[in-house]
Amino acid sequence: MNPLSFLMQMIRIAIPYLFAASGGVVAERSGIVSLTLEGFMLGGAFAAVVGTHYSGSPWIGVLSGMVGGLVFALIHAITTIRYRADQVVVGVAINLLAIGVTRFFLKLFFASSSNSPRVPGFGGNIKAGGFDNPLLWLGLLVAPAVAFVIYRTPFGLRVRAAGEHPQAAESVGVSVKRVRYLAVAISGILAGLGGVYLALDQHQFTDQMTAGRGFIAISAVIFGRWNPIRAALACLLFAAAETLQIQLQGNHAIPSQFIEMIPYLLVIIALAGVVGKAVPPAALGKVED
Amino acid sequence: MTASPVASGTKPAFAGTPWRERAEEALIPPLVALLVALICGDLLILSYGQSPAVVYRLLLEGTWGNAYGFGQVLYKATTLAFTGLAVSFGLRAGLFNIGGESQLAAGGFAAALTGLVLPGGTPLAIALILCMVAAGCAGGVVGAVPAYLKTRFGAHEVIVTIMLNFIVLALLNWFIAGHMHVPETLHTPEIHAGVLPRLADINPKFHGSAANLALVVAVIVAAAVWFYLFRARGGYELRAVGLQPAAAEYGGINVGRVWMKALTFSGVIAGMGGINYVLGYKHYYEDGFASGAGFLGIAVALVGRNHPFGVLLAAFFFATLSQGGLAIHAFVPKQMMDVLQGVVIIAVATSVPEVRRLLRSARRRSDA
Repeated sequence: MNPLSFLMQMIRIAIPYLFAASGGVVAERSGIVSLTLEGFMLGGAFAAVVGTHYSGSPWIGVLSGMVGGLVFALIHAITTIRYRADQVVVGVAINLLAIGVTRFFLKLFFASSSNSPRVPGFGGNIKAGGFDNPLLWLGLLVAPAVAFVIYRTPFGLRVRAAGEHPQAAESVGVSVKRVRYLAVAISGILAGLGGVYLALDQHQFTDQMTAGRGFIAISAVIFGRWNPIRAALACLLFAAAETLQIQLQGNHAIPSQFIEMIPYLLVIIALAGVVGKAVPPAALGKVED
Repeated sequence: MTASPVASGTKPAFAGTPWRERAEEALIPPLVALLVALICGDLLILSYGQSPAVVYRLLLEGTWGNAYGFGQVLYKATTLAFTGLAVSFGLRAGLFNIGGESQLAAGGFAAALTGLVLPGGTPLAIALILCMVAAGCAGGVVGAVPAYLKTRFGAHEVIVTIMLNFIVLALLNWFIAGHMHVPETLHTPEIHAGVLPRLADINPKFHGSAANLALVVAVIVAAAVWFYLFRARGGYELRAVGLQPAAAEYGGINVGRVWMKALTFSGVIAGMGGINYVLGYKHYYEDGFASGAGFLGIAVALVGRNHPFGVLLAAFFFATLSQGGLAIHAFVPKQMMDVLQGVVIIAVATSVPEVRRLLRSARRRSDA
């Protein structure tokens, strides 16, 4: 196994996770449960393909993909923040809705129940191995950027306050609702970008193409204990396991199903507190009256 | 997330409020959701250039209008009734079981294994009971894991059940793909014992539909859940914990034990749902048969307002949507129903707290 090709493949696999997990950190730190990342990613992937298909430019696809993630994020934000709907229930529904909406419009726009036509993407130079794709570099930068925003800016302080102690934040004049709206919107745009990367990398949209990646991303958030840098490291770890599985294919020493389980097992172990307890933001998922 | 019940929007109304007000709180949100879904459905149908009136009539004719369609609705409703009852049982204790997907699959797998191990001529009553016990145990084991992790370590059951879905489904896939599938397929051989009669065997009008006697089992389970929740001491404790864990603890109830019981039995109920597909329809376990039914169970529990009989009605409603998609497919893609399912859940989840708030403030005004 060539270490350089391993590293490059691992990074390519990690990019959608890095986008989505960074978004998940922002939303969860503000107190909103992010079981919706899967749906945001799927919405972003589909919108990116539609935008690229009709404009011919992947950059328009990137923009429309961000809007795609944002639309689903706004549904989540309005129902849970304005109407205080249960975040877990709406989260599950958003994921189902994203599957349904993308399927319906796949049929309407492209008359197919499985995939869109081929669309242009970025890069494509075989020698560059995917590293001539600007979205890949953006993906590598997004976690440090989110870490900076969360820990070094006034907005980040408000996000953390909204997630830890909303009453205290309100008492010093912070509008918790507005902070949460913004945080969920950011998570929608970032997770949407994760979907954009996925779709443009494969040059098409396929039904349910996110295939659980949003749940891997939220696993990384929890395993990284809601810290953007640690969450990014968890993304890389999970991607490394997948790369190992791909590169070991044909070698049946470890069945692939067991490698698939690694992220989820690690999360359960982390929640059980075997290696340092994962403690969520105090106000996560709570509804105020 | 903390140990407090997440599902505040789905908590039952306060005991002690008059039945009419409770009925209003329970019935208005599903009606609002139905209205929203009809409007969204209209828009989707129009976007496809079809007439809503024609499509809705087709939908009704293809589901309730003929015996085959109705049988298919009943078949789909059966699985959803089990997963819906499972979710609502957990929610009554304030716990959110999102593991229906894997509990149902594990139950179906265990039922198929039992049916394969039993010799051919086993009497149906014995085979059915053994298969059901196996299915319930398998689902119960999957449900007991988050229950234990919650009571022992405070791990949030929502996350643990989601993660377990992936783990259990990967394990089952490994079993089937690697060890016991019929070549070229992803299913086990056919079971030797425990095949349930179909409704078509009793009334030939249902010919071709998959509805089977598991439907009767689902109704019996719903009645048993109702009796336990509202007439038995354990159910009283369970509901007390769901409404206010701290007060229940103070009143001498062992909250941890109630949580263990609630999530484990939630898993048992979901697991038993596996008999509908395995014993009643295909007579083998197939990888992925449970896909979607577990998540829809959440919708069913929510729309059924966590009442066992409401859950049966809601299961019937969602099954109609899903079968209706097939009925209208020639005019509008059946994927429209996937959209409407999501819309219904979001609309109910949103209108439950809103309706409660509006009704309460109206009441306060009339009291004053």
